[in-house]
Amino acid sequence: MSALRLEAVSKHFGAIHALSDVSLLIEPGEVIGLMGDNGAGKSTLVKVIAGNFAPSAGEIFISDTKVEFHKPLDAQRAGIEVVYQDLAICDNLSAAANVFLGRELTKQIGPIPILDYARMRIRAGELFARLKSETRPRDLVKRMSGGQRQAVAIARALLSDAKIVLMDEPTAAISVRQVAEVLNLIRNLSDHGIAVVLVSHRMPDVFQVADTIAVLRRGRLVASKRAANSSPEEVTGLITGAIEFA
Amino acid sequence: MSNQGNRTLTPTANSLADAIGHSEHRGMLARLTNHQTFWVFMAAVLACLALSLLTDTFATERNLFNVSRNFAFVAIIALGMTAVIASGGIDLSVGSAVVLSSMTVAVLMSAGMPFWIGIPAALAVAILLGAVNGVLVAYAGMPPFVVTLGMLSVGRSLAMVLSNNKMIYQFGPDHELLLALGGGSTMGLPNPLLVMVVLAAITGFLFKWTRWGQHLFAMGGNESAAKLTGIPVRQLKVSVYVFSALTAGITGVLEVGWLGGVTTNLGQGMELAVIAAAVIGGANLAGGVGTAFGAVVGALLIEVIRNSLILLGISTFWQGAFVGSFIVIAVAFDRFRSVRQQG
Repeated sequence: MSALRLEAVSKHFGAIHALSDVSLLIEPGEVIGLMGDNGAGKSTLVKVIAGNFAPSAGEIFISDTKVEFHKPLDAQRAGIEVVYQDLAICDNLSAAANVFLGRELTKQIGPIPILDYARMRIRAGELFARLKSETRPRDLVKRMSGGQRQAVAIARALLSDAKIVLMDEPTAAISVRQVAEVLNLIRNLSDHGIAVVLVSHRMPDVFQVADTIAVLRRGRLVASKRAANSSPEEVTGLITGAIEFA
Repeated sequence: MSNQGNRTLTPTANSLADAIGHSEHRGMLARLTNHQTFWVFMAAVLACLALSLLTDTFATERNLFNVSRNFAFVAIIALGMTAVIASGGIDLSVGSAVVLSSMTVAVLMSAGMPFWIGIPAALAVAILLGAVNGVLVAYAGMPPFVVTLGMLSVGRSLAMVLSNNKMIYQFGPDHELLLALGGGSTMGLPNPLLVMVVLAAITGFLFKWTRWGQHLFAMGGNESAAKLTGIPVRQLKVSVYVFSALTAGITGVLEVGWLGGVTTNLGQGMELAVIAAAVIGGANLAGGVGTAFGAVVGALLIEVIRNSLILLGISTFWQGAFVGSFIVIAVAFDRFRSVRQQG
């Protein structure tokens, strides 16, 4: 069973072919590093998977079931969570409040539903423990490190029982030590059987964490191979076009 | 599942983050003194003490009765304003909402309508005004400053049209009832003060314990994040402006009873005092921060200072200078604190 399967997915905007015939298979728990130069189609591919764009042609399967997304919420319901580059997080709220934002737990006091802070804190604490992050549920996000903020964003994905997590440049704007934290979080997701699509420019990060490397060049998938059988040199060649195909 | 095959890459060394974390969890007193509301409250208490010693007029029953009633009007609207400011907006039209709702109740009741039609109608007019603000901000995407500035002018103008710019001081068959509501007292406390306490409790509850409050603060903190998590930000914005206008409408109805008559300059310039109260009480004009208690304490400080200027014989011309400076000082204080936290 595959977590996500793309079959001959194409997307064009008028005459511009952003994606042509992309076929990709992702296993549960697999970490796939999606690489490519600016404008190679990485973002378009992520947006197609996340339900922001409908593909012009081709099919998408989740757990071997064909799906059609008309809006991001459809993708979310199907088990796809996106961890956004600029982090969809509210600095002024606590970690637990962020994890549960938009789907807060409530309890009834008579006819009035009130927020169930205790249950949300406990649940958020469990998620952070699963991620082996030392993020404390009650702390305000604005006082957190970049790594802890990522943990909050990823805990949101765990909460919704996501099967696939899309991460767009999660290590772009944080310090070296925090990068290690984020890569650990990715490994943790994978250990829980969640497939991760990691979009990144940072070659060392991708090689450290990804099982598979997929390279896009001008809208075409030019490589999809085990990271162990590849090398940064080869991937650079594939990205720039020095190596045609692998 | 969580115990098997952990392919940990590097041990997470969080000692620094931990150290930072621990310093955040200080004692009760340290946390208390870190709140702006605490210092504003202390300032208000000190001002009261100083005035009691310096003048023999402050601590009289009559003066305290007046102060508490005046402060209640500003505080009630400051509750609504705090919601708007915390959501990332601003509402400049509250003074006009006050005059429009009080004029509505006055015109209807002087035409012979009973109490129970006049007041709901006045509140409905205020809600409608807030809804127009909210729809223009949320659905037309216009800046709240512009929308509510326009409404400030429109609302007062409508009040003039409604009353033909005359003073109204006869309120028909339920005249006494209306006057008792805003001008009377229950158990020795002025009615507006009691209404304010109830509304503050409700607002505090809404902010802290409901999804509405949580979403409001989330939207003020990071609107695009709120949108991404599926919070209906547009409906939420409309509800926030309606809430603000409703608090102004309630104040309008109470002020009619207190003053015993309405003129079209009622509530003029009130938005400034209300915004000052909210901001002094800790509401952050950048959005995402604010408390109901803060709004009340901010309003208290402003009213005590204003009262003290009168009692100390300083010209009332100075009041605007004080209120205006207070807003600037409160914002400057907030800037200073956030710069210090970053550095």
